[in-house]
Amino acid sequence: MRIKNKMTTKFKRPDGRAIDELRPIEAKVGVVPNADGSAMYKSGDTIAIAAVYGPKKMHPQHQQNPLKGTLRCDYNMISFSVSDRIRPGKNRRSMEISEITKWALEPVLLLDKYQNQVIDVFIDIIQADAGTRCAGINAAAMALAHAGIPMKDMVSSVSVGKLDKTLVVDLTKEEEDFHEGEGPTDIPISMIHSGRITHMQLDGKIGVKQLKEAIDLGKIACEKVYEIQKKALKDAIDMENGGKE
Amino acid sequence: MDKVRTTFEVTGERIRRYLEEGKRFDGRTPFEFRDITIEKNVSKKAEGSVRVRIGKTEVIVGVKMGVSEPYSDSPTKGNLMVTAEMLPLSSPRFEIGPPKFEAIELGRVTDRGLRESGFIDLEKLCIIEGEKVWTVFVDVYSINDDGNLMDAATIGSIAALKLARLPKYDRKEKKVLFDELTEERIPLTEKVPVAISVHKIGPSLLIDPTREEEDLSECRVTISFNKGIISSLQKSESAALEIDEMKKIFEIAEKASEDVLKQIEKKIK
Repeated sequence: MRIKNKMTTKFKRPDGRAIDELRPIEAKVGVVPNADGSAMYKSGDTIAIAAVYGPKKMHPQHQQNPLKGTLRCDYNMISFSVSDRIRPGKNRRSMEISEITKWALEPVLLLDKYQNQVIDVFIDIIQADAGTRCAGINAAAMALAHAGIPMKDMVSSVSVGKLDKTLVVDLTKEEEDFHEGEGPTDIPISMIHSGRITHMQLDGKIGVKQLKEAIDLGKIACEKVYEIQKKALKDAIDMENGGKE
Repeated sequence: MDKVRTTFEVTGERIRRYLEEGKRFDGRTPFEFRDITIEKNVSKKAEGSVRVRIGKTEVIVGVKMGVSEPYSDSPTKGNLMVTAEMLPLSSPRFEIGPPKFEAIELGRVTDRGLRESGFIDLEKLCIIEGEKVWTVFVDVYSINDDGNLMDAATIGSIAALKLARLPKYDRKEKKVLFDELTEERIPLTEKVPVAISVHKIGPSLLIDPTREEEDLSECRVTISFNKGIISSLQKSESAALEIDEMKKIFEIAEKASEDVLKQIEKKIK
């Protein structure tokens, strides 16, 4: 069975979006005043907030690494963020997403500079409508920048999907539950702005040729997310300066 | 939390230099899988079980069946549960205690490969709609870790599922009679999801790493293939990959998955 790729514009998405159209995005930094850096990233009905604390001395002490600093990420879904209440606390899924988030972000940080220290990133999903790990990574990357932690570049994340035979960008829960034809395929991808992949996962069915196209589509979508992240960070600085002057 | 790495730096340097010339310590080429041996029915109490060896890496995988309620979003489907344990017995680097992240990831990635491919026909595991369905438990245990437990876990799961037989279910008593295995097999499809992990060490890519090679791995991409279709993928570790590098990895994994599938099919006819 060969998958033919038809990027037809005829394909109708439930919410009427074009196949390469992201959901309406809102992004804002400084949402948690206590944190050293924080951000909110909202994509359609998915809302993630992230807060950064540190770099600070690593506790517990036995986890200190004298060679380089540690990035510690914690992804958590709030119990009422989905229809069926989630039992609060860690589960295998959240532990995996926490680790994936760390891997997605680590390449842009200069952890060698923070021996024995830790940068804590806490991500909470307030409301979930698919794409929560991507929203979390986007919020976390902004929060790190907002905390003034030196970064080589920005990380942006988006989920590319395949509904039946058509590649689309930024799936909603309704689209993830699409079960016609070849069904749904979910491909969350995170990229450094310069175009390198720091995170990628996939669940579903897709051929190699079309998956290559999915990456290219993801690159373009990440570019759009990047512009929004950058604008939110710039707006915050402008507002601060505006307030002082 | 950095993983424990025990490969000496000098050894690491040599492995890297060899790879740049396309060579490995054990004489393999970078995209060559080790020989796979599969020993059937290693535990009488399991509905299906195998011991899989890939070089010196060894896992045992068992399938147990149970009857339980279906999930509310799939009232006509059986359930699948995959867990993996990295036994302290299998390596000095694994410790007693609650599962570490590596073991959790091993179980989850194996689970997704099996689930997303549609290898198990879960619809056929329904006993009474909305009330009673079969649950397939696939449990992976490491016996000796010499690298690539990830791919070994999937190979073992496929083999154990192919061999497993359903126990008798007493509808009146609502009890599973584990001592009375029927001749009935777990309903499987042709979509056998072979997982291949491609690792990156410096500028080199390779498959099926030994423990020493895996220690040096900067990034792993595990891709599960069935008949040319990718059903799951996971990139692990934080090294970033160029887009073209990722595309090359798809091709390497596809080729390797075909070779590995042939080996599995030859061994469990």
